Amino acid sequence: MIQVSHLVKRFGSFTAVNDMSFEVEAGTVLGFLGPNGAGKSTTMKMITGFSRPTSGQVSVHGHDIVDDRQAAQARLGYLPEGAPCYEDMTVQGFLAFIADIRGCRGGQRDRSIDRVTETVSLREVLGQRIETLSKGYKRRVGLAQALLHDPDVLILDEPTDGLDPNQKHQVREMILNLSEQKIVIISTHILEEVSAVCSRALIINQGRIVLDDTPDGLRKRAKDHQAIRLRVMDVDPSQILEVCETLPSVDRVEISGKDGDLLIFPKPGSVELLAELQQLLSAKAWQVARLQQLEGQLDEVFRRVTMGDAP
Amino acid sequence: MKSLSTIIKREFLSYFATPLAFVFILVFLVLSSAFTFYLGQFYERGQADLLPFFNFHPWLYLFLIPSVSMRLWSEERKTGSIELLLTLPITLWDAILGKFLAAWALIGLALAGTFPIWLTVNYLGQPDNGAIAAGYMGSWLMAGAFLAVGCCMSALTKNQIIAFILTGITCLTLVLAGFPMVLNFFEGWVPSLILDLIAGLSIIAHFIAISKGVLALTDVVYFVAMILLWLYLTHLALVAKAAD
Repeated sequence: MIQVSHLVKRFGSFTAVNDMSFEVEAGTVLGFLGPNGAGKSTTMKMITGFSRPTSGQVSVHGHDIVDDRQAAQARLGYLPEGAPCYEDMTVQGFLAFIADIRGCRGGQRDRSIDRVTETVSLREVLGQRIETLSKGYKRRVGLAQALLHDPDVLILDEPTDGLDPNQKHQVREMILNLSEQKIVIISTHILEEVSAVCSRALIINQGRIVLDDTPDGLRKRAKDHQAIRLRVMDVDPSQILEVCETLPSVDRVEISGKDGDLLIFPKPGSVELLAELQQLLSAKAWQVARLQQLEGQLDEVFRRVTMGDAP
Repeated sequence: MKSLSTIIKREFLSYFATPLAFVFILVFLVLSSAFTFYLGQFYERGQADLLPFFNFHPWLYLFLIPSVSMRLWSEERKTGSIELLLTLPITLWDAILGKFLAAWALIGLALAGTFPIWLTVNYLGQPDNGAIAAGYMGSWLMAGAFLAVGCCMSALTKNQIIAFILTGITCLTLVLAGFPMVLNFFEGWVPSLILDLIAGLSIIAHFIAISKGVLALTDVVYFVAMILLWLYLTHLALVAKAAD
């Protein structure tokens, strides 16, 4: 378990992380979401013991990151932003160095290197110098070193940044395949990533946690959650709008800007909207060109909570 | 201890992954020989010792050591690999000492590469080999002091050029502190205690004795203390600045 309590980091007069507290249980994939400069990386740097908190505590499986740093770090795997590594080394040499430092020796070392090169598909470049590798491979080398000692806690700072869609998919698959007993914290500003891999998300803005919820929970906060998008052939949208507004479950109806679709928002808590609408459509004998119930847009929630409006 | 030796090994081998080690050793050998034979008038003096060889080492180190030390921390900070290194379960001292000792070993290797000069002087006459051994020891200790200054400067900045210049200037100041022109400047208006202190801080004063073959405890203590002091300052610099 990771416990973060009242964490603060100041650089001069600038407060990067402002009184942040949360706990993460084993089996959680936690997403740090937030605009650039929100304090995601700074928080990760403090959890991994690289940067010293101005005040507040972090403990990793009971080990305080300041007072008992090495014990905490032994249980952590960390991919820093941009996946830096020693580029003049070969992949094999670099992983062997990390394994030595992590205390994997002899046969165990070879097995660990074997395992991670398999997990992140590095076998074909093991003998190459890291500086000659493509960005995707470099990122995989960074992931490999983080996974080498099979840590209980994985901190990955923008693990898919700069990768192509196939590579992004691979990394996400890998994160999902990690043992259920681990804690994984990833930071990202890609919202689809949160839906794809996270079981919980923290939205961070200006050094504070502004939302803490599951991806589904976040989506439920979207204005268009459960709203219905409707297009009817050969009928004037304003005419449909008038009729729709009379339905008991309807809160309000908007005409969506560019394509003339209707967006029908249900009253909070009502579940009858779709049924009512279908009755109406068959009664009027309108021909439906499009009917879609929306799940809610994460980026709308994200924008709302990080642009200053209260959620 | 195990982490320390792992870091020393990685750092030392990394010098040979690029041409840096070969260039450094080559330049060191060429320049130290050229200084000895041309500027030092090794033959013309007609004496079987290595004084002309050792005499130039402070000046040689003044720009060769910063070129090795400038990348030690600056590069790690620039590329971000420092974040990787310092989140491994090692102490900060493991990292500092590992880098320092690996670089010091490289300089030791370059110094050992000058052995043909020692063979030459033994072929030409009967030198005091004990004095020569003391000279080598002193030169290596002095290189360590320069290197420790370089570590500290490299830890202070992400820019290798700035690290190079700061190291060069600091070492030059330490070398010149014992010269008459510096001491004359202070003489008369600072208390003699301070004057002695400035002279006592001078690298050259301590090295001259050793290069003549007198390996006095005070001189050895001076260099070891210099190394420890600057490595301690490196530690302070990294605690303060590593995560900036």
